[in-house]
Amino acid sequence: MAQTNFNTTTITPETDYEVRSLDTMCVNESDVSLPWYHNLKYAAVGVLFGITFVKAEIISWFRIQEMFRLQSFHMYGVIGTAVAVGALSVFLIKKFKVRTIHGEAITFQDKKFNKGQIFGGLLFGFGWAMTGACPGPLFATLGTGALAISVTILSAIAGTWVYGYFRDRLPH
Amino acid sequence: MLELLQRPWPWYTAGIIAGLTVPALLILGNRHFGISANLRHICAACLPANVKFFKYDWKKEAWNLFFIGGIVVGAFLASTLLADPNPVQVAPALAEELAGYGMTDFSSMVPVELISWPSLFTLRGFILLVGGGFLVGFGTRYAGGCTSGHAIMGLSNLQWPSLVATCCFMAGGFIMANLILPFIMQL
Repeated sequence: MAQTNFNTTTITPETDYEVRSLDTMCVNESDVSLPWYHNLKYAAVGVLFGITFVKAEIISWFRIQEMFRLQSFHMYGVIGTAVAVGALSVFLIKKFKVRTIHGEAITFQDKKFNKGQIFGGLLFGFGWAMTGACPGPLFATLGTGALAISVTILSAIAGTWVYGYFRDRLPH
Repeated sequence: MLELLQRPWPWYTAGIIAGLTVPALLILGNRHFGISANLRHICAACLPANVKFFKYDWKKEAWNLFFIGGIVVGAFLASTLLADPNPVQVAPALAEELAGYGMTDFSSMVPVELISWPSLFTLRGFILLVGGGFLVGFGTRYAGGCTSGHAIMGLSNLQWPSLVATCCFMAGGFIMANLILPFIMQL
């Protein structure tokens, strides 16, 4: 019998990788260990993105309502253009085997289908239409000074926590 | 130039910048664009509570928390330095519908009649802000991503599960906005 160690509280690299890769994209491991301030370059990208969220009215509750009522092309144009530019970028990165600025290879993982993408997708769609914001614009709305949105962000964190708690009992 | 930046940006400008976020994060450090994962990282950092789903080394994902920190700062800069003094444009049909619910203030793109402290203490505001927020957090994690991780990053990488997820996001939004929201708005 293989030894099992279910009761350990430490995180083994294998389970850590497995848990992190169960969903989302956080499987990108880096061998390069850099000081914390290197993360500021991601903050800089975030600043540009945050400005865009506000100036293109992506954070507007009204724009989201118009999108779901087919009353405006705006959000379809934003998301459609973003996907086109993103897809072309990914294609070029793969084709020319572009590396990171630190010389590491850029890697991609395939997403696995599970029923969560249907059930969770619908539930998120409900929430998106109610709050008029997906997670990025929630944080951007906070930045504009509409501090009441912090309650919505806390509620979203609570929703994520409740999902994590009941994860094993939900259909996937 | 400043006046041009202050006016609402067209969809193609926003789409190009949002699309370029994908290669920017990849080239800066092999990071994959996805914002809702931060909600999970915050759980892992603050309240893991021995839940397996939150037991991982969230510090490896600190870059993403810096990224959303940047979003907050960028939004602050845009709403102060680049603020547009004009009221937000709202489609006539939507404005008419909202007027039926007593919503007539279109001075800000964040509707003060919904997203504000007084609104939180109304039944309508509570359901939309607290209930809606809960669904955003629960649904994105259940789906394994949000608009950025699935609709933009996933579709850019031609992942068909992301297409399923994106279609369900839209379907959920259409159902809520057209069939359920009218009842909540009347509360």
